[in-house]
Order: sequence, then structure tokens, then C-alpha cells
Amino acid sequence: MSCLLVLPIIVPFVAAAAGLLFRTDFERQQAVGMGGAALHFMVCLGLLFHVCKNGISTIQMANWPAPFGITLAADHLSVILVAVTGTLGLCVMLYSKAEIKTGMIAAGFYPLMHILLGGVCGAFLTGDLFNLYVWFEVMLMASFGLLVLGREKAQLDGGVKYVMINLFSTLLFISGLGLLYGMTGTLNMADLHLEIQKVSDKALLTAVATIFMAAFGIKAGIFPLFFWLPVSYHTPPVAVSAILAGLLTKVGVYALIRMFTLVFTFDVAYTHGLLLVAAVVTMITGVLGAAAYNEFRRILSFHIISQVGYMVMGLALFTPLALTGAVFYLLHHMIVKANLFLISGVSRVAGGSFELSRLGGLYRSRGFLALLFFIPAFSLAGFPPLSGFWAKMMLIRASLEVEAYVVAAAAAVVGLLTVYSMSKIWGEAFWKPSPEPMHTESPAMGEGGGGLWRLLPITVLAVITIVLGFVPGVFLDLAAQAAHELLNPDIYVKAVLGGV
Amino acid sequence: METVLAVLCGLMAAASIYLMLSGHIIRFIFGLVIATNAVNLLIFVAGRLSSHRPPLIADGSRVPAGEVANALPQALILTAIVIGFALLTFVFILFYRTYESLGTVDTEKMRFAEPDGEKAVSGAEEAKGSGA
Repeated sequence: MSCLLVLPIIVPFVAAAAGLLFRTDFERQQAVGMGGAALHFMVCLGLLFHVCKNGISTIQMANWPAPFGITLAADHLSVILVAVTGTLGLCVMLYSKAEIKTGMIAAGFYPLMHILLGGVCGAFLTGDLFNLYVWFEVMLMASFGLLVLGREKAQLDGGVKYVMINLFSTLLFISGLGLLYGMTGTLNMADLHLEIQKVSDKALLTAVATIFMAAFGIKAGIFPLFFWLPVSYHTPPVAVSAILAGLLTKVGVYALIRMFTLVFTFDVAYTHGLLLVAAVVTMITGVLGAAAYNEFRRILSFHIISQVGYMVMGLALFTPLALTGAVFYLLHHMIVKANLFLISGVSRVAGGSFELSRLGGLYRSRGFLALLFFIPAFSLAGFPPLSGFWAKMMLIRASLEVEAYVVAAAAAVVGLLTVYSMSKIWGEAFWKPSPEPMHTESPAMGEGGGGLWRLLPITVLAVITIVLGFVPGVFLDLAAQAAHELLNPDIYVKAVLGGV
Repeated sequence: METVLAVLCGLMAAASIYLMLSGHIIRFIFGLVIATNAVNLLIFVAGRLSSHRPPLIADGSRVPAGEVANALPQALILTAIVIGFALLTFVFILFYRTYESLGTVDTEKMRFAEPDGEKAVSGAEEAKGSGA
């Protein structure tokens, strides 16, 4: 059954290739894209159930025994994220039916989207550091293409800055990788865990760990390396910014969690201490940035940054409860954040703008949409009993347990400020009367068709948020299991390397 | 030999960072090329330099006889070169398009995604609205 492990990577690539076969037949290309996403969703869920039942599963590519070949390894953290990736992929593809027009299909929206999904799943599943680099590049290439789809001025501007800083981050990553290889002679993550204990010069290792922290920190968007994010995420089509917001920074967070639980745990006081400081500052700057803006998607972009702070905080505290919280936070955040971006798209169609000052009266005219916004927005802000509440509560409790009172206070205050900017959107876009007569016939409404295709994925994601909030037990158990594996790397090492 | 190459790597990295920070997108590309090569060289040196024989296995035996050179860094660098080349092509096209469309190569003057102040935002929106 271990072939199940490659399917979340293979299926999107096959779907991308199949999509390219219908370059000129847009309807069929769309059908292939959505069919591929549905299949991908199913194999991702299949892998989740498989790993929940049988524990960590691994596969050695081309049967080269680890640590010589490339290993794919799926532990609980990986499969949770893969399952969410499948879900988001499907939802965004459904949404794209309403938004993505022939021009963008011709430019390759569906193949790029599938390559992105394949790259993200590959990054989550690989157990080899160089392979992780390759998946990062695959994912980045696809995201570069998606980001400038449509070629508007703002997109090109955002795209250039995004490309520059992300290329720099991969260069940092690969130079760290080279140095680490020079010191240990291996690139298999499980093997690295063993080999790194034999390295005598810990100071050099700490330097390498810091390089990795910077490289993945840029991807994750932690302070002070996040500046590319608010420049670019509000420029592409909504479907694209939703998938980027849901997945990309989280791959950076995943890589941080993986490296700083499995490999770099020799000097927790320094590395994780540094991460903790960065996490707290990230939370605060992100939320303050959000408070300063009045554009729907820019507010959401800044919130990604502040939320990444919470996840890194969970990693940095490095206790079972904190890591459980971080994993649960990842799960909750990916779903909620992608959903909010999709909702911003519907509000744009209904109100004609992303500017809050030009929106208004949506509560009156689009009651159902208002309800759908209310759920993820206040889940993000951490209202009980929605999913964000449990995630935040666990992290704050974890920081109180280790007597990090400043961190706990910062997390609580940032939560309050999140409420402020979510209610700003609520008040401006939904509550206040419409600033001008509803220009329902304005040019923007030209793309207003397919309301069902827009509302369906949003409703599905909102329902998932409610389920996460009201029945958190199952998901918390999953997250706890993931945290248990992260804090006991021997389980992972044994699964990859066998009895060694 | 390792020391010389290490210093060279450092020099290349320094030059590339200088170029990348210049705020000029063409210089950024040159910086990127140098940085990619610096990293490739770094991986090569990290795999240890040696003047052993190539890692070939004679007919009939299953392991190479005697000491052979480390083949892994070369495989890694080859992959990195291919990826780097593809990225470079993409970056060239993206930057050219950007220059065509925005009319500048200075990143400081690219203020389309983040206009200065809220007024500029609504101005841009209005311009877009009237254009549509």
C-alpha cells in the first residue's frame, strides 16, 4: 500500500500534463483540471486514513535503501497537511470555474495550479533534504507563473519582488544544505538526525541552523523577512491568492517545524529562543500592519504574517502541548485563510471593489455571504467555540506552562487586535450602508456569473471550520499524535532507516 | 586548495549580494547568476576535493576498487544547474515584461502594487475603472 505515498504527488502532475494536451479546448481543460483536483483530494484523504491506521509509512524511491536513495516519509504532520492541501486544491478549483476566464486558461492556469499542488505535497512528504529543495523550486516556479497571470501592472510589480526575495531564500537554503552535507555527509533527514550528533563543532552547526532559519523564515514570512508577502498576495486573481495564502507560507512553516524538531535540536536554548523572539515580533507587526490598511486582501495578507507568528511560537516553545497547538493552528489557519480570500472575491463581485471604503451594505444585500464571512473571520480572531479559539487557547496555555508570560500576553493582545481588524472588515463591508448606489450593473459584474461555483467552496470550507470548532476532539488527537512524533524523532528515524 | 575555493565562494557571494542590493533589476540578474554559481562551487567543495579515480565499477565486481572520487556533489550540482537555468530563463522573461509594461528597471520606482498613501490607491482604481 506504500504506493499510496506517491499518489498525492503523481496525480497532480498527470492532471497537469493532461491539461496541456487540451491547450486550445478550454472547456475540456477545465474539466480535466477539476477532475484531477477531485482525484487528488481523494488520494490525499486515502493517505491520511492509511497513516492514521498504520502509523508512519515510507517508500524508498527506486528501491535504493535509505539513506542512499530518496525517501518519501509520511508521518502524522505530513498527512494532515497533505489532506488539507487536497481539500484546498479542490475548493479553489471549484471557485476558479466562476473566476478564471479563457484568457487565463490559455495562459495555463490549470496545469500551473496542479504543478503547485504536486510541489506542495512533495515538499510535505519528502524525507530528503535535497529533494525538499527540488520541491521548493517546483512549487516556486508554479507560483511565479500563477502570480503574474493576467499581467497587470500591479501583478508584475508584486511578482518581481516576490521572485527576487524567494530566489534569494532558496539560494540560502541550498548553501545551508551544502554546508550541512559537508559536515555530516548525508542528506537524508532521518540520517541527519543521527549524524548531527557526531559533529564536534557545534558552533558551526548553529551557524548553519541559522542559515536554514533565515531561508525558511523568508518562505514562512516571519519577522523581519516578510516584506515580499504584503506586496504580492493582493495582486493576482482571487483563486490564485487564496491558494498561495493557504499553502505557500505554510510550507515554510512546515519546513521550519521539520528541521527544528528532527535535525537542529542540539542547542534548543539558542535556536528555539531566537525563533520565539521572532515569533512574538512577527505576531505583533503582522497585526499592526493589518490595522493600518483598508483594502480587503491587504488586511488578510498581513494577518497571514501575524498567524504564522503563532505557529512558529508553538514550535519555539517546544513542549508537547505547544506543538499540538501549532499543528492544530496550521490545520485551522490553512482552511480559514483560503476561505477568507475566496470571500473577498465574492465581496468584490457584489460590491465592485476590494477597498473597504467603497464596499458596504453587503449584510443587507447578501445575507448568506455575511454569515459565511462571519464564521472564518471570527474563527481567525479566536472566538469560542470556533476552531481558532482552541488553537489559540492551547498555545497560550502552553506558554503559561513554561512561564513565558510575556509571550502569552502578546498572543492574547494580538488575538484582540485581530478581532479589531476583522470587525473593521465586518463593519465597513457588511454593516455600514452602501456608500454609493449599488453598482450591480458595473463592469465588475461582468464576471458576476456562476454565483453557485463561488459560494459552494466557501460554504464547504465554512462547514469544515465549524466542524473543527465544535468537534475538535478527533483533530486534536491527530495533532497530538503529530506532536508526539515530532518530539520523539526516534519513531521517524526508525520508520525511515529500519532497525538501525 | 579548499581554502582558495572557500575564499572564492565568499568573494562571489559578496559580489552577488552587492549587485542584488543595487535596486536595478538587470544587475539583480547578474547577481543571481553569480550567486547560483557560488553556491554550486560551495557544494562541490563541501563534498571534499580529492584527486582519486572516477567512481567507476569494473565489469564483474560490485564495489569500486580502491578510493574513488565523491560522485554525489556532482549529481546535486547538476540538478541545481538545471533548475537554476530554468529559473534564470523565467526571470529574464518576467523582468523584460516588467520593463516593457512598467517602463522602469529601478525597483524603487515600482510602486504599483503598493502605491504611496491611500489617495494613490483610489486614484489607480478610478483610472482602472474609467479605462474599463
